[in-house]
Amino acid sequence: MAKQRVLVVGGGLAGLACTMKLAELGVAVDLMSLVPVKRSHSACAQGGINSVNDLTRQQGDDEWKHFDDTVYGGDFLQHQPPVNEMTRWAPRIIDLMDRLGVPFNRTQEGFRDQRRFGGTLYKRTAFAGATTGQQLLYALDEQVRRWRADGQVRVFEGWDYLGPVVDDDGVCRGATGQNLITMEIRSFPADAVVIASGGCGLIYGRSTMSMACNGSAVSRSLQAGAKYGNGEFIQVHPTAIPGADKCRLMSESARGEGGRVWVPRTPHDPRDPKQIPEAERYYFLEERYPAYGNLVPRDIATREIFNVCVNEGLSVEAGRQCVYLDLTHIERSELDRKLGGILHIYEKFQGVDPRDVPMKIFPAVHYTMGGLWADYVRTADGGLEPENPRNHQTHVPGLYAIGECDYQYHGGNRLGANSLLSCIFTGLFVAPGIKTRLDSQKDSVAEEKFDSLVRGARSAKELEHEALLKRAGSGGENPYLLHQQLGDEMTKAALVVRKNDQLTAGIEKVNELCDRAQNCALSDTGGWTNQNVMFTKALQDMFPVAKAILHGALARDECRGAHYKPAFDMPGIDSQDPAERHREAEAWCDKFEAKNKKWLKSTIASFDSRGEPTLSYEDVDTTLIPPRPRLYGLVGAEVIERVWKERAEAAQNNAGVAGTREPAHAH
Amino acid sequence: MSAPASTAKTKPATFDVRVLRQQAPGEPQRWERFRLAYEPNSNVISVLQQIAAMSATADAKPTAPVAWEANCLEEVCGACTMVINGKVRQACTALVDRLLEDKPGEIELRPMTKFPVLRDLVVDRSRIFRSLERVKAWVPVDDYFDRGAGPKESQKQQEVRYPLSECMSCGCCLDACPQYAKVEVRPHEGESPEAFEARQRQSLEGAFVGAAAISQAMLFNEHGTGKMIADERLEALKEPGGLQVCGNAQNCVAVCPKSIPLTTSIARAGRQITLYSIRKLFGR
Repeated sequence: MAKQRVLVVGGGLAGLACTMKLAELGVAVDLMSLVPVKRSHSACAQGGINSVNDLTRQQGDDEWKHFDDTVYGGDFLQHQPPVNEMTRWAPRIIDLMDRLGVPFNRTQEGFRDQRRFGGTLYKRTAFAGATTGQQLLYALDEQVRRWRADGQVRVFEGWDYLGPVVDDDGVCRGATGQNLITMEIRSFPADAVVIASGGCGLIYGRSTMSMACNGSAVSRSLQAGAKYGNGEFIQVHPTAIPGADKCRLMSESARGEGGRVWVPRTPHDPRDPKQIPEAERYYFLEERYPAYGNLVPRDIATREIFNVCVNEGLSVEAGRQCVYLDLTHIERSELDRKLGGILHIYEKFQGVDPRDVPMKIFPAVHYTMGGLWADYVRTADGGLEPENPRNHQTHVPGLYAIGECDYQYHGGNRLGANSLLSCIFTGLFVAPGIKTRLDSQKDSVAEEKFDSLVRGARSAKELEHEALLKRAGSGGENPYLLHQQLGDEMTKAALVVRKNDQLTAGIEKVNELCDRAQNCALSDTGGWTNQNVMFTKALQDMFPVAKAILHGALARDECRGAHYKPAFDMPGIDSQDPAERHREAEAWCDKFEAKNKKWLKSTIASFDSRGEPTLSYEDVDTTLIPPRPRLYGLVGAEVIERVWKERAEAAQNNAGVAGTREPAHAH
Repeated sequence: MSAPASTAKTKPATFDVRVLRQQAPGEPQRWERFRLAYEPNSNVISVLQQIAAMSATADAKPTAPVAWEANCLEEVCGACTMVINGKVRQACTALVDRLLEDKPGEIELRPMTKFPVLRDLVVDRSRIFRSLERVKAWVPVDDYFDRGAGPKESQKQQEVRYPLSECMSCGCCLDACPQYAKVEVRPHEGESPEAFEARQRQSLEGAFVGAAAISQAMLFNEHGTGKMIADERLEALKEPGGLQVCGNAQNCVAVCPKSIPLTTSIARAGRQITLYSIRKLFGR
């Protein structure tokens, strides 16, 4: 049999981890990436990477608790076996990255230092300064370079993935790609293709993601038969610096160290913020959440900032949504000591010193929770079966999805410092399964019988490209302006606070933009480094994903994760009478159970030939940890929690068994 | 914009951007002027985005959008390096307000000077990554199985390695280096990409690896496992195009956007090579 190859699309943490593991297993790999792999978006992650460690173990921590924090944080929307497997692997992954030379911060004794992150009680997060993502990415990049020097890996940087090559039996036999410089279109015959192309933040116009995070590789896979899971779940970070070109993250630690969020009570007050007296300032988080103040959980902070700007019209600026994040009341020396790094970012990009002038911030799209639907095979003890080729396979046999672009692991809301973990884990874990697939395959695409399939795929893409260039000038639409409009519509309709009438209107407008995007007039019709035509292709391919997000959000009539639908809110309990409170809590729990029965499901979008999505739903595997309500900031949370526990215990006693839950970990 | 620091001065209604354009490798370069409406808080990236959207020059002639490279826009990926008002730097942190303060009314953009221009502001920097390969800039681990933690490391040692590990291969240090000479080969008619790549590699043999790669060699020579092949890295740095090409101009350290102590790395590499040569001379 001719030599088998695997094509990996995307050179971030997931793609690189998968590439080096495949190489180690003796598989020849082609790695395709839009940008030089060292410039992938993984470089931007700052905070750290989670795992149970020797220190937290002694405080009672274990893999199960990391698993529980992850599914609780994700509002129980994840299938539990993959998450369980990931948290079991986490300590080994940190060790491996340590061996590969990542300069993790150290304790005075020379151990890896750890810090605490949101959503957990333990110091589980290993970090390398404020650039953990960059350091992890580089370590994997170096290993891949080593394999490349060995000849086991070929790297195609500056290539755009145009879609999978699928044979008559529906099996993926490779992909087509286009060189961003020469514009050459090529087929990449492969016996398996792994998509590791990251998130799709650019669909929202501006986000904290990089310019390559346009979702096009995912969309092109969807249009070839893959399906999309949980598209409507998009993580929005409460505090980012809105920029003309992109949004940049302003870490939660600014609020942790005493930063106060406010807006002037007079809309668009033109005065210097320092001249606005206290009485004329609206510290809306402190007023509405006296117990948590500026440190309400991420989703609540996001929702309130959004609300004060959009619904109450109190944005600091008239033409742009933003609120003040004020650190000016804190001593300069203290700011420098504790927040120097992030204040430097604000200074560098805004040219203003946040020690003197309140920062202007606004929530920004930050992470794509949904992604390509990917399969898994669970073991009896609730993990993943190693070396099984079905793990992370999409609906197209031989086409795999890993990293941010797959839909597993994060559920409705991502736990901080878990993203890096999920990317490296899926990359390493999926490789032996793919090897099994190759070993069991009777043929290889390198054989002559596949020549016409491979050639045909290439010429089809060449024709599409030519047609796009030829149509230039006829339609008159500007792709860059259409992209801005798409971003504006998505931001208006499908961010954190979601209303069905707004979503319906959004769908209509996005449909219209989609039609208009078919008539783009290219200002560059050349055949060399034509960024104009590549951008237009990416724009056109944003629409199927955008539509899946909108339709998914419209259908999901509940609040879950970070997404808030006011019409389906479940407010807290305000009765003062104990008996009445108890009765209300019972009613609340009934309602919660009914809601879960209907909505504790993954949304699966499939696409017709025009890229229109149809939704179906899949039950979530919650057999390891039964779902429970997330009660952050809810009035009467304690009584609801008590009632919920009583009911859970009663149900367990009735069943007479503890089920698959380990008793030692009962919550 | 309510920040008093930057509203103090009146801002121009418009400003010009001059871009040195080039259609393709080997084509002549020409300047093109664009006129943009002033917007507060913009940087060179948003300027280039605006130019792409309007695709017309200052005298209203239609033109192709300017080609440029960018990705993270947070100064960590290293993609958007170009020469802005004469200085090699990242476009994302080049703020329009600051640039106009230095040179009122006009911003000048040109591609990096030491790398082959592919189009407009896009250059081929693959040589940087080849240099990393030459100096074996990696930790030679046995495998990717579970073998426990890496070597223990002191805080002090981590603080030596961490800044070196922030190098994003952006190429500023190389563009500013008087000893780093441009190497350009062009594909022949009908040459396959593989053959071209092989010829490119060949053309780089003996060419200076530059400060970034020397510093990376030192990064890995400082790691517990990485140092096990320290001699191989030093051997590479002794070869033609290695450390001896450095003329100690110190331009590299002055332009590094990450303030990496490149000259310290170069000095350290010099000491290690000397010691290595002596050891070698005496057969260890």
